[in-house]
Amino acid sequence: MAGSPAVAPLVALVGNPNCGKTALFNVLTGSRQKVANYAGVTVERKEGSLLTPSGLRVRLLDLPGSYSLDPLTPDEQVTADVLLGRRAGETQPDLVVCVTDATNLRQNLRLVLSLKRLGLPMVVALNMTDIARRKGILIDAVRLSAELGLPVVETIGVKADGVRALAAVLDRVTPFATARHAVPWQTPAAADIEHDQAEVRRILGAVGGERIDGVTLSDRVDAVALQPVLGPLILALILFLVFQAVFAWAQAPMDWIKLGVGAAGDWLGGVLPAGLLKDLLINGVLAGVGSVLVFLPQIVILFFFILVLEDSGYLPRAAFLLDRIMGSVGLSGRAFIPLLSSFACAIPGIMATRTIQNPRDRLATIMIAPLMTCSARLPVYALIISAFIPRRELWGGLQLQGLVLFALYVAGVVSAMAVAYVLTLAGRHRHVQALMLELPAYHWPNLRNLGIGLLQRVDIFLTRVGTIILSLMVILWALSSYPAPPPGATGPAIQYSIAGHLGAALAVLFAPIGFNWQISVALVPGLAAREVAVGALGTVYALSATGSDVSSALTPLLTRSWSLPTALSLLAWYVFAPQCLSTLATVKRETNSWRYPLIMAAYMFALAYAASWLTFRIATALS
Amino acid sequence: MVNSSDMQLTELASGRMARVVSVSAEHGAAPPEIGRRLAELGFLPGETVRIVARGLMARDPIAVRIGTGTFALRLFEAACVRVRPEQPQPA
Repeated sequence: MAGSPAVAPLVALVGNPNCGKTALFNVLTGSRQKVANYAGVTVERKEGSLLTPSGLRVRLLDLPGSYSLDPLTPDEQVTADVLLGRRAGETQPDLVVCVTDATNLRQNLRLVLSLKRLGLPMVVALNMTDIARRKGILIDAVRLSAELGLPVVETIGVKADGVRALAAVLDRVTPFATARHAVPWQTPAAADIEHDQAEVRRILGAVGGERIDGVTLSDRVDAVALQPVLGPLILALILFLVFQAVFAWAQAPMDWIKLGVGAAGDWLGGVLPAGLLKDLLINGVLAGVGSVLVFLPQIVILFFFILVLEDSGYLPRAAFLLDRIMGSVGLSGRAFIPLLSSFACAIPGIMATRTIQNPRDRLATIMIAPLMTCSARLPVYALIISAFIPRRELWGGLQLQGLVLFALYVAGVVSAMAVAYVLTLAGRHRHVQALMLELPAYHWPNLRNLGIGLLQRVDIFLTRVGTIILSLMVILWALSSYPAPPPGATGPAIQYSIAGHLGAALAVLFAPIGFNWQISVALVPGLAAREVAVGALGTVYALSATGSDVSSALTPLLTRSWSLPTALSLLAWYVFAPQCLSTLATVKRETNSWRYPLIMAAYMFALAYAASWLTFRIATALS
Repeated sequence: MVNSSDMQLTELASGRMARVVSVSAEHGAAPPEIGRRLAELGFLPGETVRIVARGLMARDPIAVRIGTGTFALRLFEAACVRVRPEQPQPA
């Protein structure tokens, strides 16, 4: 064996979607993975490293799943570009490991054949051989190797000993994987595809073991899960469970986090001398950390369900069932779960759009997710409704207050659908959108994959989104605290700060929609998160109450000092306004650019202003 | 090649086995890359197909077994595939 090279050789894992490639990658690299994006696109880049039995360090790149080197999606574009050495900032792999699903060789071998034409050193991993064996599919790996003229290794993607053989083969092949044929890539013609097909049939005939016509266990599950009436019912049940979990189960851990942060603040308050540093640490940094951590329970719960649904193979079925409904406003069937979870919080919802492969569909879903009524709007709605909407019973025991709350939810959904529809019209393609979605065989989710997937989501949120949110929170704190009120000042402290002056200036702008200066000032710190506005109103009205008492102390005060049109206008404002910097920070991270969060903020503020203006004018005219 | 029992994949009864006769974007008035991708997914002359499930609204999309894989196709995509049922279809 040659001496180990200066840079560890790069081995790329390639394969069809659903071939068990990522599970194999997880076993090979463990949790030593770096997750990032490919430069300029939102396609996820996963790299890890492993030590072969002989002690050779190898870098392993998990390329996005592809059906062909002739790309249709951005994922496939990245795979093709990296393999062909055309992607800026990426080195061409020294060795390609093509992962194939042993239960679906007829489809997978086509990719093997076209990869082989590239001339890169290559190994074929015959994956999921355990499942194949249980189905009665026995593939002669030695014969397959001879027919393909490539090394073939049998692997079981979820078991450590199932991949040891692959690591050993890397040892044999990698040191020699330097000679490369520079084969110019040509888009395969129809004749090439048919030639490959004949070749696949010949090889399958030689290596044996294929069952096509038998009714599998997956088929029996699908007979119920995709049944036109039962299928949607089961889906509704699953979605209800997910929604319930994100909404309700997360509440207790979120309360613990809030309590913990509060306790830490009390402790710091006790040990630190009064002054600037104390205020910065408690009201700036600690409050900022709290506002990041508070999202974690919802993110963990939502992604637990998404990973289970994805790993088991149900997620594409859900997309199949919802394709027609979501398609009518130009969205993908996969948009449903992100939008549903946005009712709890738009941040996990926007992160969940990663399961939407088509970038246009994904962007449209991200853009409308914050219009879903998130749980942070509830404290604001509850405050205004209890202060202004009479507690009156309508016909059939229907409460007027409840009806108004329901109307606010409906307003969010209807406007989201309208915006999605407008986006479709604006970005209309010459052709209808393709679906062509694979429905893989069901299988039990793997715990290791679940764990690694969850850790990666948490890590991405804390390190990339969390840092933006934290800095924004500290800036917002500074804006609301500086400059300090002059000695002998009578008004609330915030009134003398930059935020106070900003609010006073905004009051001019907000006068036509009925907002007084107190509301305008409260909206500035209220940019941190929607529910913060309640506390901020308490501060502006110089209430001494804190925590949950603010709301009850504010209610009679607001009833006295605001008119009904002002209150209704503020409700309309909260349906649309992007009063949540954390959401905008998440959009920035997920789209890799400031462009989309800025567009989102602009369109949502415009909608909010228009809705509030209309509400205020109509309510004033009627009263 | 022309046979009176040939039909579009969209017309095939659910659960009935058929073989692919031809795949072309022109059959379904779809963009050419759709026809090419269908071929890459395995929709090629001679392969066995069967409709596994149909959507509730307008029976769109459909889930199609091709070889050993299953794909969800919108009707305009499935219209690119012409098939011949294994036995004559009862009227």
